[in-house]
Amino acid sequence: MTTVRSTDATVWRRFLQRRGSVAALIILLVIAVVCVVSPLFGLDGTTSDMSDRWAAPSPAHLLGTDNLGRDYFARVLSGGGISLFVGFSSALAATLIGMIAGLTAGYFGGIVDDLLMRLVDLLSAIPWMLLVIVASVFFRPGLWTMVLIIGTLSWMTTARLVRAETLSVRERTFVGYAAFIGVRSPRVILRHVLPAVVPTIIVAATATISGAILTESALSFLGLGIQAPLASWGSLLTTAQGSLQKAPLLAVVPGLLIATTVFCVNVVGNGIRAAVTREDER
Amino acid sequence: MTEPLVRVSSVVKDFAIRERGRKRTVRAVDDVSLDIRRGETLALVGESGSGKSTLGRLILQLESPTSGSIRFDGQELVGAGRAARRAAQRSMQVIFQDPYSSLNPVRSALLQVAEPVSVLSPEKDAHAIATAALAQVGITGDAVHRLPRSFSGGQRQRIAIARAIAVAPALIVADEPVSALDVQVQAQVTALLRDLQRELGLTYLFISHDLAVVREIATRVAVMYRGQVVEEGPTAEIFDHPQHPYTRKLLDAVLVADPAIARARLRQISDAATGT
Amino acid sequence: MTDPILQIRGLNVDIVPPRADRIPILHDVDLTIERGTVMGVVGESGSGKTMLLRALMSILPQRAERRWDTCLVDGVDLTAPKPARPAMAMVFQDPLTSFNPLRRIGGHLREVVRRFTALRGAEAEQACIAALTDVGIPDPARVMRSYPHELSGGMRQRAMIAMALLAEPELLVADEPTTALDATVQAQILALINRLQAQRNLSVLIVTHDLGVVAALCDQVTVMKDGAVVETGAVDEVFSAPKHPYTRSLLAASPGAATREAAS
Repeated sequence: MTTVRSTDATVWRRFLQRRGSVAALIILLVIAVVCVVSPLFGLDGTTSDMSDRWAAPSPAHLLGTDNLGRDYFARVLSGGGISLFVGFSSALAATLIGMIAGLTAGYFGGIVDDLLMRLVDLLSAIPWMLLVIVASVFFRPGLWTMVLIIGTLSWMTTARLVRAETLSVRERTFVGYAAFIGVRSPRVILRHVLPAVVPTIIVAATATISGAILTESALSFLGLGIQAPLASWGSLLTTAQGSLQKAPLLAVVPGLLIATTVFCVNVVGNGIRAAVTREDER
Repeated sequence: MTEPLVRVSSVVKDFAIRERGRKRTVRAVDDVSLDIRRGETLALVGESGSGKSTLGRLILQLESPTSGSIRFDGQELVGAGRAARRAAQRSMQVIFQDPYSSLNPVRSALLQVAEPVSVLSPEKDAHAIATAALAQVGITGDAVHRLPRSFSGGQRQRIAIARAIAVAPALIVADEPVSALDVQVQAQVTALLRDLQRELGLTYLFISHDLAVVREIATRVAVMYRGQVVEEGPTAEIFDHPQHPYTRKLLDAVLVADPAIARARLRQISDAATGT
Repeated sequence: MTDPILQIRGLNVDIVPPRADRIPILHDVDLTIERGTVMGVVGESGSGKTMLLRALMSILPQRAERRWDTCLVDGVDLTAPKPARPAMAMVFQDPLTSFNPLRRIGGHLREVVRRFTALRGAEAEQACIAALTDVGIPDPARVMRSYPHELSGGMRQRAMIAMALLAEPELLVADEPTTALDATVQAQILALINRLQAQRNLSVLIVTHDLGVVAALCDQVTVMKDGAVVETGAVDEVFSAPKHPYTRSLLAASPGAATREAAS
């Protein structure tokens, strides 16, 4: 009886067997695609019509209009595009930084490890609000500032996870062998350590994405993030605050979308983790 | 008289450990001297804690001795610069115990066997040499492109052996190379190592706790106990006329698949334990 | 007249993965152990020998399904819906992971006494010390106070055997009890099992991959391959005149076979 070990193909197959994870992935893809292609359909969320404020949903305005008479469906979709963009790109940046930091600290150990981990501790200890407020003094608030700030806030967890996994992978015999025959350290890390750490990185990345989306929403809601004329789901919630009586839909829809997206990202991440670690077969 | 390939002289290796908050020194290798002659298989035999694996690591330059001398191919390694030690390592290869962690799970057999060749001799055709080495251990055709997971434990050890012989090393240190394999596979892999030695003129340092396997492959045996070499000699001598009480104890503990002999041994040990 | 302590007939175990075909692990396995004898179950990895033990002790993994026609242990019918507890105790392969690292040995032993005997207090303590002495531990009081990692592998295995004995079993089940130990220690532990078996008329079921262990300790042997029994019989007969080709290849592959061939 031979033992079966996981390949990328079988990881994908195991993932597909989990109906919950597949459903969540489909929902995410639908949301993302709709938000991204919405500009192509000529939906206009910026034209203001002060005669038609807080209108109820109608064929012309699928989600009605907001406090300035703008088509809310269009605003939600473009806001979604912004939220997802900030969420995914800041998570990508954070994951890359965290991965490099974690691999370096874990593989080399010693003083390199100490320095990097103290940096992680330092940044983790700073309350993020403070960081954002300070950043908003030096940088104009906007899309790229958001990506920068959230990226800076999110890489530490990934770094810690990757470092822990690297410490364990480093001890595997084949890694020691590569170092023994004289393969240079960067190549040992890239060729022998990194592939074994990738599952951890993927799982950490999905957690980072959901965290980034939530953080962006919170910051934009507080007015510290995405600024007009751009909108994100979070900033939409700010304006919807004042209209809760007149048009509750304005608050419910972005809120629901944030919650759904974050939830689906978490479920997909869980599914990836279970597929990689073959949890269902225990 | 030609110098042996490896000459270990009065080597000591201490490790500092922390026990219950206090620092303590453990002497893993205690004043060991031995030679490894070209073309032979020297078996280093002992139980856990004997220091045999540590001695293997010292020879491979993975650790530095606390004191003593290790000469490889006429060159003193202890205290020599990094360059000299790296040069010595190029002529050494190692085969590990665990076939499952000694190969990278995401790289094909061919690439892994080619890796030491491309690192140590970049001017050579690594792929061709690796293919030839794999053929010598019985892995041919498309199989060489498969990942480790599609091979059995015995086959993985063969890949590890191919990786070790590809660079034509002067010395191969085999650290319990068959201990993790099934009995039938053990016999095959041990036979393969023996054949390769004959064909390629290799020198082996064969570290093992399994005396039965050692008997099949070793020309000389050194018995280690608590960091010291307590007895050393040709295989037949050690097995037929053991001198040191520990060697005798080790040999007595070997249970062979012959009920009459095995039961007698067990009775012997039982009587020794109860003092009759 | 036979008096079997253990009788298994028609044991089948499959692994049933959630969305895939079932994988047969054990196929129509029969096993009979006479009271007061030592049975060795031998096979390579993947032969199913460990699963056999787990099926007997009802500690199969979650996705495993067990079907058997008969399972009688010391008169207790284990196929019944709520069987009584049979007088069986198990010794595992790796004594380090089989003990709770946060509890002292004494704690482990006292728990067994409390659970399986009516002894309490000072009497329970006496029983523990006696059990440790029986297994050849020189300073039982100190071992009672020790944590598992403070003892050597051999001592830990002895302590585990003591724990098993405290449950007053008629059948001692051992899963590769000496594989993780050095050769000299292995011999001592096997000699201990031999002695205890003779003293208490204990029946022993020992699972191993090592034919030498079977040759030294066992009266009967069962050879397994790919989840099925290929041969069973008295050790003397099977080792000198094996009937099944697999048994012959196992014996031929065991180190020293060539020299034995030459001598016979």
